[in-house]
Amino acid sequence: MTSLDFYALPWYKKILVKIAEFFVAIGKGVANFVIGAPGAVWRFIKMIGRGLRWLGSTFVHGDALTKLSYIIMGAGNLFRGQIIKGLIFLSAEVAYIGFMIDSGLGFIAGLRNLGTVQRGWYFDETLGIDVMRENGDNSMLILLYGIFALFVTLAFIFMWVHNIKSAYSAQQIKKSGRKLPGFVDDLKSLLDGQFHKTLLFIPVSGIVVFTIVPLVYMISLAFTNYDKDHQVPANLFTWIEFDNFKTILGSNSTIGNTFWPVLGWTLVWAFLATFLNYFLGIILAMLINKKGIKFKSFYRTLFVLAIAVPQFVSLLVMKNVFAEAGPVNVLLQELGWISSPLPFFTDPMWARMTIIAVNLWIGIPYTMLIVSGILMNIPDDLYEAARIDGASPFVMFRKITMPYVLFVTTPYLITQLVGNINNFNVIYFLTGGTPATLDYYQAGKTDLLVTWLYKLTVNSRDYSYAATIGILVFIICSLLSLITFRRSASYKNEEAFQ
Amino acid sequence: MREIRKHSYSYHRKQRTINIVIQIVLLILGLMWILPLLWIILTSFRAEPGSYTSYFWPKSFTLDNYSKLILVDQQFKFTKWFINTFIVAVVSCIGSTFIVLAVSYALSRLRFKMRKPMMNIALILGMFPGFMSMVAIYYILKGLGLTENPLVCLTLVYICGSGLTYYIAKGFFDTIPKSLDESAYLDGATRSQVFFRITIPLSKPIIVYTVLTTFMAPWVDYIFPSMICGANYDSYTVALGMFKMLEREFIGTYYTQFAAAAVLVSIPIGALFIVMQKYYVGGVTGGAVKG
Repeated sequence: MTSLDFYALPWYKKILVKIAEFFVAIGKGVANFVIGAPGAVWRFIKMIGRGLRWLGSTFVHGDALTKLSYIIMGAGNLFRGQIIKGLIFLSAEVAYIGFMIDSGLGFIAGLRNLGTVQRGWYFDETLGIDVMRENGDNSMLILLYGIFALFVTLAFIFMWVHNIKSAYSAQQIKKSGRKLPGFVDDLKSLLDGQFHKTLLFIPVSGIVVFTIVPLVYMISLAFTNYDKDHQVPANLFTWIEFDNFKTILGSNSTIGNTFWPVLGWTLVWAFLATFLNYFLGIILAMLINKKGIKFKSFYRTLFVLAIAVPQFVSLLVMKNVFAEAGPVNVLLQELGWISSPLPFFTDPMWARMTIIAVNLWIGIPYTMLIVSGILMNIPDDLYEAARIDGASPFVMFRKITMPYVLFVTTPYLITQLVGNINNFNVIYFLTGGTPATLDYYQAGKTDLLVTWLYKLTVNSRDYSYAATIGILVFIICSLLSLITFRRSASYKNEEAFQ
Repeated sequence: MREIRKHSYSYHRKQRTINIVIQIVLLILGLMWILPLLWIILTSFRAEPGSYTSYFWPKSFTLDNYSKLILVDQQFKFTKWFINTFIVAVVSCIGSTFIVLAVSYALSRLRFKMRKPMMNIALILGMFPGFMSMVAIYYILKGLGLTENPLVCLTLVYICGSGLTYYIAKGFFDTIPKSLDESAYLDGATRSQVFFRITIPLSKPIIVYTVLTTFMAPWVDYIFPSMICGANYDSYTVALGMFKMLEREFIGTYYTQFAAAAVLVSIPIGALFIVMQKYYVGGVTGGAVKG
């Protein structure tokens, strides 16, 4: 369809076309993702291949000391006069080998089947009776230690490559007759040429220890049977490949029958919460900023006050406002409009609508706050010109305000969408997932995937299912955002204004 | 001529009616937004106990809810929670600010091989539900022998996690002209000197923003403390403790005190939020305006 055809369509068909385009874009995104993933893996393999080739060619071109550095780390630096640097490499190697012999190899070997000796009664053949075994294997710790050892090994490989690089560059500097940088020079470069290493060392190690390692651990759990029937330390758990995904995505179990409805509600919630907040917030901002409205800043402060209150406070208050004996029901009953309390949180449909409504209460002021600033930036003469041409307020909104606001806030909208898919607070504080239902496994009618994940971890300790759901949420979020985000101008042209 | 004047007259009249309607709508909306807050403030001064009353305006007022909450040593130690949260907030705010500034500056102004991969990894890590890895974090902290002291755990995890929230600060650094750095390099400045002497003094807004957001985070975080703190009321943060006060067995006795606690927490945090909001708006929209 050409753009001319599009403009000739009546407005409702235009909307349909836009919606169709949206879903085509999602389809394309999924396709790109599926096609792109092997590409990324292939690039990764090629990168490793290049690294290996570099290691080989360095070995060929290196002199005896550089070659020695392949086995004894730091040799290339140590014997060329960079004593401290060489000693650091050497001690890293000694420490690593010591760790591996002492316990590391055992840790990594444990990853194979996550423990074999189960605690409990077993038949001892020499004694001929059942014996209680007190110290069984703890699969959870075996997995954690194994991952820890793997990360130590990764760090060691990183160090090793660094050592070879350093040895080779020392060799080349010597050959060209220049003076080798001493330890003090190296330290100085950490404040200049290598300043990024100084800045990033602590943050990156923090993220590795408290984000990446836990995440790798949880991702591995998704491929084990660490559920409520395989609790440590009394029981062992082991690898079961993709069975958890099959259970959750299939429809043969209660878990499978829980996942799809919960996913459906999560998506409905995320879209409604994001877009309703967005559009109503824009309308509110326009009402406040309209010419001729008095007390603009008074209204703005009023709404900002509502969001200045910490979210958990206002959510807990709202929970009580809409409770069965809460003020809203009491008021309506006193007025005689209803005879029995409205089921704000007890009926599934009502509860869902109440949640979305309360979320409007929390979310609209945010959009209002952001959009107010943008609205003031729109040049007045645009509206002036439109008015002279006879445009109605609605047309001006559609042709001037919306495109402008949308352009500026698209990244915000995407973050909001992902944030709402993962919106733990609103659901947990308002309903805690209730009303409960027997159709679902460990979830209530208003549970999102994240709150279900929480319940699976905290209440029933089905860690493996929780981890699987976490991975699925990740896939959904990255599909929705990574594609859009990476196409956005601010990602591509980050240096445009430097 | 008269035609036009007449037209413009009716146009203005129409505008006036529209404005009055809007004014009324805004007033009603404003009431809807402010009433729940008013209700909680009234409840905090209410003398009659119990969670719900069948009337909006309390029959008699008292300050007992506040004085009991703060002064009387009861099952729930609000003062202790408040101090706990304050300490965690101050320490983690200092640590996090340094980390956020370091990361965002490095990713914005310095050029090195791992820069883009690092940003992509940060993006990917942000897509996982934050709660997912908390169980594992708990075991790592246990392995480090820190779980005896939940507040240390909280501080550590908040600081270490802040490295991933560099996005808004990076957007700010992206807008500082690069020519400033370059002229300093020409004069022989090192990269660290440029960072400390040129960029940081120019970055007051983003430092204020980072300090405020990282200070506020521990006050409003519920989920991670609920994982770490366990059953020991002494080491609770306010969010966790106040959630506890509303549990079924306590709500009847403690609801008015909960309201008082809500007011006491909301005043400082709300004030900080109001200071922060203009930076927040700039941060959210800034990245896109320049795109």
